[in-house]
Amino acid sequence: MKSNINIDAIIIDSVSHSYKTDTGLLPVLKKLNITIPKNGFTAVVGPSGCGKSTLTKLISGLLKPDNGHVYLNGEKVLGPKPIVGMAFQNPVLLEWRSIIKNVMLPLEIVPNNLSEIEKEERARSLLHLVGLEGFEGKKPSELSGGMRQRASLCRALVHKPEVLILDEPFGALDAFTREDLWQVMHKLRQEEPFTGVLITHDLRESIFLADEVVVLSGRPATNQYSLQTQKLKNPKLDSLFSDNSIEMLKNLRKQIEIAQVQQGEI
Amino acid sequence: MRHIFIPLYAIIIFLLFWEFIVWVNGWPNYKMASPSDIWPAFWKFKALFFQYGWDTLWRTVAGLFLAVILGVFLGMIMGFSKILREGLYPLLVGFNAIPKATVVPIIALMFVGQHDLNTILIAFMISFFPIAVSISIGLSTLEPEYRDILRSLGASKSIIFWKIALPKTLPEFFGALKVAVTLAFIGTNLMEIVSPHGRGLGALFDSGKTNADYPLMFAVLIALAILGIALYYIVVVLEKIFAGWAERSSE
Repeated sequence: MKSNINIDAIIIDSVSHSYKTDTGLLPVLKKLNITIPKNGFTAVVGPSGCGKSTLTKLISGLLKPDNGHVYLNGEKVLGPKPIVGMAFQNPVLLEWRSIIKNVMLPLEIVPNNLSEIEKEERARSLLHLVGLEGFEGKKPSELSGGMRQRASLCRALVHKPEVLILDEPFGALDAFTREDLWQVMHKLRQEEPFTGVLITHDLRESIFLADEVVVLSGRPATNQYSLQTQKLKNPKLDSLFSDNSIEMLKNLRKQIEIAQVQQGEI
Repeated sequence: MRHIFIPLYAIIIFLLFWEFIVWVNGWPNYKMASPSDIWPAFWKFKALFFQYGWDTLWRTVAGLFLAVILGVFLGMIMGFSKILREGLYPLLVGFNAIPKATVVPIIALMFVGQHDLNTILIAFMISFFPIAVSISIGLSTLEPEYRDILRSLGASKSIIFWKIALPKTLPEFFGALKVAVTLAFIGTNLMEIVSPHGRGLGALFDSGKTNADYPLMFAVLIALAILGIALYYIVVVLEKIFAGWAERSSE
């Protein structure tokens, strides 16, 4: 696997995609371009139903684009690759497995030469990192929503993927839990470097977590606007109330409104 | 201890009440046998009870076993393929709608003399439907994210089935198995009663009828109840072992 620091980790090159429906083709993405440098973190925001989740499936290789290409580490994506980790709004933990066994699941599928003990060690250290030590043997039903989502993040990272795809992972959590998890994400980024794509509806989340925020237009989605956030190494939640942050949020809000109007016109 | 004594007291009270009702009305035992008639009836034929009880038991289990195999198979193909589901479902519903009591004489004639086969066949036919339906629903309602999590790592279809689809369907499967075990038991007895020169508790019941031995008929009913309860709780224990995780602890 190539891992050249100069290669962009994710390149979405003029990607278009449509779904077949009973009434004909429904275009969802149109000539979309996104480039994310290695260990970069990009948030993608846009109106509901504009094709953001389709984008995650194209990056992970679960779907093939009609036109254009997706490259991960310089290699064209032709199908699912184990260098990807995913987490969704629904933590989708397996209820019959303990938390640690849930986290170890990808290691049972992705080829590796770790021993059973090493796998467990790896899972344990990640759980420790997100503050779930002592919960290894618990069943998912015994954990709160926020804790389950922490475990789901660990599972997405356990096989050291180079690309982490997050599809509204904090969407179902309450505001305080969500803010806790934002900080967990910063911690994970420092300890477990990855290139990240975050799909979100939360503009505060996008500027707090990402280096770049891409606003998609209404369906069919294409690049509408992009914002570089001046990322601090380990930002405090207070930074969201700085003038600079508020300016960025207003700016993004305006762009979303434009996209929403555009989507309504179709 | 309470879990044992409260049901035990309830049973004793029930038996006393039964004895009392028969006594106070002065019913003869051809109208309604009392508990005190039943024990002698059982004791008189105890060898037959054990032998026929065993016949009924193994036939029910064999029929159920076939029902599990075919039910899981049908459920799997209906769960994974929408076309097969749409094609098979009306057929299954139609088949299930036929009251099995009407099928019993047909099967009895079809395989005349092959008493074991007849009985197992009816037990199987009556009980596979809920299993097939529960498996197909369990598989077809699997949230796509569960599949995506494994698929994005490059997992094959069979890995997804063994690691996620199958365990996730187990609670539904055991729910259906509890229904199926009762149905299979009904099927076995229907055939045993109808089939001439049969064996099994159903046949013993029928001979009680022809010989006007009413306490024997009641004794068979009690034996059937005990066997039915045993079968049901075996399934409950299996469920606890294989799908215990689905039970929410009440603490």
